[in-house]
Amino acid sequence: MVALAVTERASTALARGAALDVEGVSHAFDIDGAVLPVLDDVSFSVKPGEFVALLGPSGCGKSTLLRLVAGLEAPRSGTLREDGDPITGPFPSRVVVFQDPTLFPWRTVWNNVALGLEAQGILKTQRHRVDAAIELVGLSGFRNAYPHQLSGGMAQRVALARALVNDPQLLILDEPLGKLDSLTRITMQAEIASLWQRSGFTTLLVTHDVEEAVFLANRVIVFSDRPARIKADIAVDSPYPRHRGDPKLSELRRNILGLLGLDATW
Amino acid sequence: MSIYSVPEAVGLPQSVEEGAAFAGRSLSLPRLSLFRLLPVNGSGVVASAAWAVFGLSCLWWEDRGDWSRTHEVAISAFVIAGIVLVTTLSGSLLGRFGAGLQKRAPWLLVLGLFLSLWEVATAKFGWLPLPFFPPPQAIVEVYTDDLPKLLDSAFASVKLQLGGYVIGAVAGFLTGVSIGWSRSVGYWVHPILRFIGPLPATAWLPIAFFTFPSSWSASTFLIALATGFPVTVLTWSGVASVSNAYYDVARTLGAKPSFLVLKVAIPAALPHVFVGLFMGLGSSFAVLVVAEMIGVKSGLGWYLQWAQGWAAYANMYAALIVMSLLCSGAITLLFRTRDRLLVWQKGVVKW
Repeated sequence: MVALAVTERASTALARGAALDVEGVSHAFDIDGAVLPVLDDVSFSVKPGEFVALLGPSGCGKSTLLRLVAGLEAPRSGTLREDGDPITGPFPSRVVVFQDPTLFPWRTVWNNVALGLEAQGILKTQRHRVDAAIELVGLSGFRNAYPHQLSGGMAQRVALARALVNDPQLLILDEPLGKLDSLTRITMQAEIASLWQRSGFTTLLVTHDVEEAVFLANRVIVFSDRPARIKADIAVDSPYPRHRGDPKLSELRRNILGLLGLDATW
Repeated sequence: MSIYSVPEAVGLPQSVEEGAAFAGRSLSLPRLSLFRLLPVNGSGVVASAAWAVFGLSCLWWEDRGDWSRTHEVAISAFVIAGIVLVTTLSGSLLGRFGAGLQKRAPWLLVLGLFLSLWEVATAKFGWLPLPFFPPPQAIVEVYTDDLPKLLDSAFASVKLQLGGYVIGAVAGFLTGVSIGWSRSVGYWVHPILRFIGPLPATAWLPIAFFTFPSSWSASTFLIALATGFPVTVLTWSGVASVSNAYYDVARTLGAKPSFLVLKVAIPAALPHVFVGLFMGLGSSFAVLVVAEMIGVKSGLGWYLQWAQGWAAYANMYAALIVMSLLCSGAITLLFRTRDRLLVWQKGVVKW
């Protein structure tokens, strides 16, 4: 299926967001000698400051695509470019928030958030950025707590702060809200939307929650089953802040569920 | 008092005064209440009585042997009985010391009874054969009359153990991190580890004693070997089992390989490392004692051997007690260090 629509330039684009180009990327895994293709000739471009959701059935290869964008792995073929430069390895301008918070259990909240600055050797002069990031996610009272003392939602907030403290140009969200309870998820969706609007970084969100995708993103890219191929590229042009009950969003949600073959129960 | 009609409340007096009033009347209460009352107040009194019994048991009958410290032991027992009694009666006035003693009162009671029984069974009626089972005063005599030699031995043991253990722990830790991190180091070191590691360090004794310039350096080597093997294996498995997700997170945040080793792999492996350090401590104690018994001319193991040669069984028990305190102290120290470094862990074993 071809793209339903083409997005116009995102209105919130600021200078700080990075552009991302994915050109003809294919990837596969070797599992006990057998080759398992996961991505099949995927190409798309993300403009600076855009919020793009990658939507697809579970296990279709979306998360693999994010690992390629993050530079944690190299694709079998095709290229990925950030602002025109090929992505060859991880770089702190592209930070990932994973499905599991993966906080380091031996570090306090403050030290977890400080991780990136410490790894880049700039913590000594930039300590205030850690405080600011913790403030931003509303956990100032917990800076000395250890991860096992936090709830799931708080841990994921810390993971978000740990990413944001690096001033990313491209924020990569790999189902970051997937394991949270539905109330916390709704709160955090709104927080992510407002953070993105204020900061202007480019955001790539992998999710299998259609409502989350249409609520947050300017653009929803729908993938097929594995090996993932782009099925549709849909613009979501409702202004922010959005409302979950917006009939336009409901309509869009229904269309997307249709693309995934799941509209029968709607 | 309404408490008498509410059995649940009997064991829990609301205040000190109430508790004291309770203790006075406890004998007229049914058995169950007396039993419930014991951990609170009564057991201190009974423990004091047990120590008084121990003191009396020393004086009541004539000793069957020639021991010079019987009177001193009896007096000490009465002093302890007095301290326990005073502390119990003054209740919370003595603060933490009083509270700690109250908590340990059941143990003090059992200890007093055990000492009395030991005294009677050895020094007074000889139910246990002498000289293999010396009475308490004989062991006290060792501490008062042979103290310098015992202290020298203890000091020599600590020195030998500490040197070997530190060398073994550091070497084991570095080896473990290297094999856990680098494939090529693992390729070369792993087979050697598998070949040599499981060998009990004591099996090297004969070779070590003639290849090393001194028995002291040979023993240090053996203790290091006994410590190093478990520390290496556990550190290695700790580093190898670190979740890849941690590395992914650190790498996307800009971490270099040195950061991944020092700030991710090692802290994540620390709980394993401490298990290795604990196991290494246990096996190195065994090597220490054997090495001292066989080759080194000092230390507690040597003292034991020497005491056996003179059939001085009281000295052996005295040395055993010192050894037990030192080993237990070393483990306590290790666990304290672990608790401090691993505060982030939930539910660690309290030693």
